[in-house]
Amino acid sequence: MSGEVEGLLRELAPQVLAALTRRHGQFDACEDAVQEALLAASQQWPVEGVPDNPRAWLLTVGSRRLADAWRSESARRRREESVFAAEVDDAEVPARDDTLTLLFLCCHPALTPASQVALTVRAVGGLTTAQVARAFLVPEATMAQRISRAKQKIKKAGAQFSMPPEGERDERLRAVLHVLYLIFNEGYTATAGDQLLQGELTGEAIRLTRAVRALLPEDGEVAGLLALMLLTESRRAARSRPDGSLVPLAEQDRSSWDTVAIAEGVKLVSDALSTSRLGPFQLQAAIAAVHAEAQSSEQTDWAEIAGLYALLAQMAPNPMVTLNHAVAVAMVRGPQAGLAMLAELDGDERVSEHHRVAAVRAHLLEMAGDAAGARESYLAAARLTLSMPEQRYLLAKADRLS
Amino acid sequence: MKYLLMIYLNDETWAGLSAAERDAVMAGHEELQRITRESGELLDTNALGGPSTTSVVRVLDGEPVVTDGPFLEAKEYLAGYYLMDCESRERALELAAMIPDSRHGATEVWPVMVSSGVDL
Repeated sequence: MSGEVEGLLRELAPQVLAALTRRHGQFDACEDAVQEALLAASQQWPVEGVPDNPRAWLLTVGSRRLADAWRSESARRRREESVFAAEVDDAEVPARDDTLTLLFLCCHPALTPASQVALTVRAVGGLTTAQVARAFLVPEATMAQRISRAKQKIKKAGAQFSMPPEGERDERLRAVLHVLYLIFNEGYTATAGDQLLQGELTGEAIRLTRAVRALLPEDGEVAGLLALMLLTESRRAARSRPDGSLVPLAEQDRSSWDTVAIAEGVKLVSDALSTSRLGPFQLQAAIAAVHAEAQSSEQTDWAEIAGLYALLAQMAPNPMVTLNHAVAVAMVRGPQAGLAMLAELDGDERVSEHHRVAAVRAHLLEMAGDAAGARESYLAAARLTLSMPEQRYLLAKADRLS
Repeated sequence: MKYLLMIYLNDETWAGLSAAERDAVMAGHEELQRITRESGELLDTNALGGPSTTSVVRVLDGEPVVTDGPFLEAKEYLAGYYLMDCESRERALELAAMIPDSRHGATEVWPVMVSSGVDL
């Protein structure tokens, strides 16, 4: 399928789904119908050309598929005849709220994060089940089942295709942003395997976050998340070698960072910080911006980063923040100060067995000149990690210290 | 997160089960597969042939050397596996406990490594 057709389909997918769902209810059935319409379009349009009104085309085909499904499902249903006698009109619906409403539905609290992610990229992102399955490295049948179960759960929870009540909206929006961030990470953390598809996930996450930003331009956290994604994505080309091995930030070739993405990310986060209420995504984006703006690893403003992590630790305390904070503190005040902060995590069950703690400890011990201790910690981290490129990196670090 | 659940049995225990108990094991597998297929967690599962059908291959000085029997000599052997994709380690352990053979033998739960990594 050409990129142009694919882009158009992704763009139209949530609009068509929203229009169908608003008309017929039954989000689950409508979602299947739209998925079929998208598949049909992806096969026909490249051959026959894109119809004059692609949105109306998708709506019509989606409606027919929905009618077919209902007919075959049960003959006792009579109503579809009248319902589908008329073509679905393509009245200008407020697409503005539709994408958000759909996102709220797909990120419904009744679902596990994995299901929220899968459903969001399919229903709102317009990816096919096969694409979603490949991106998450599971068989297509498994992914299809996961998505269908997610939809059943939403149905059971009694969720409607409408905006959540005002009082819940903020919390639900945080959940949506978290899911978008998970989609991004799923794509970003991949260095091997199907790179193209993984890149597709980060691109998809950025596209969806842009859409949310267009709807909620005043929300600082939406801007912060988009900035964080852009700034992180800007390093993609530099962060792994062609063989899949990882290049740490300090060793990356900064000339291959994407300056356009950096400029956009920096502007977004700067504007958000000066106009909106502060939030965790803005802080993380601000940290990424400090890294992005350093001409070289040595010129990184670690004091600024340490300050931002201190704020983040206050606002959204978690062990990973402490860990990163410790690295920044070590860069400012020396490795012993960082190691002292790490000691805070010793009794923390959530991370005591986490390879990142051992890896950071190894790094700080190496900075402190304790080669033997550093080597031991690198090896410990290598034993604990479940990432093959990370293990390779950690073992190589240990080797250099022997 | 993917987990490999490996089922270990020994022949004596298996042979010592009554027909009804063996049926219950089979029914238990069907039930577990139904549940995890429906939940979208089951990726793959297979029962394996017995130890006498197993071979070990080593390449010594560039030449393959094949010996009969499993790599580890023990009464317990790998009888089958489930590859699951689940939310957490806790869930993987819960699924392992649902494997009927865990009542007669034991199930090992191994996380599967990924070919991805976070920023360093």
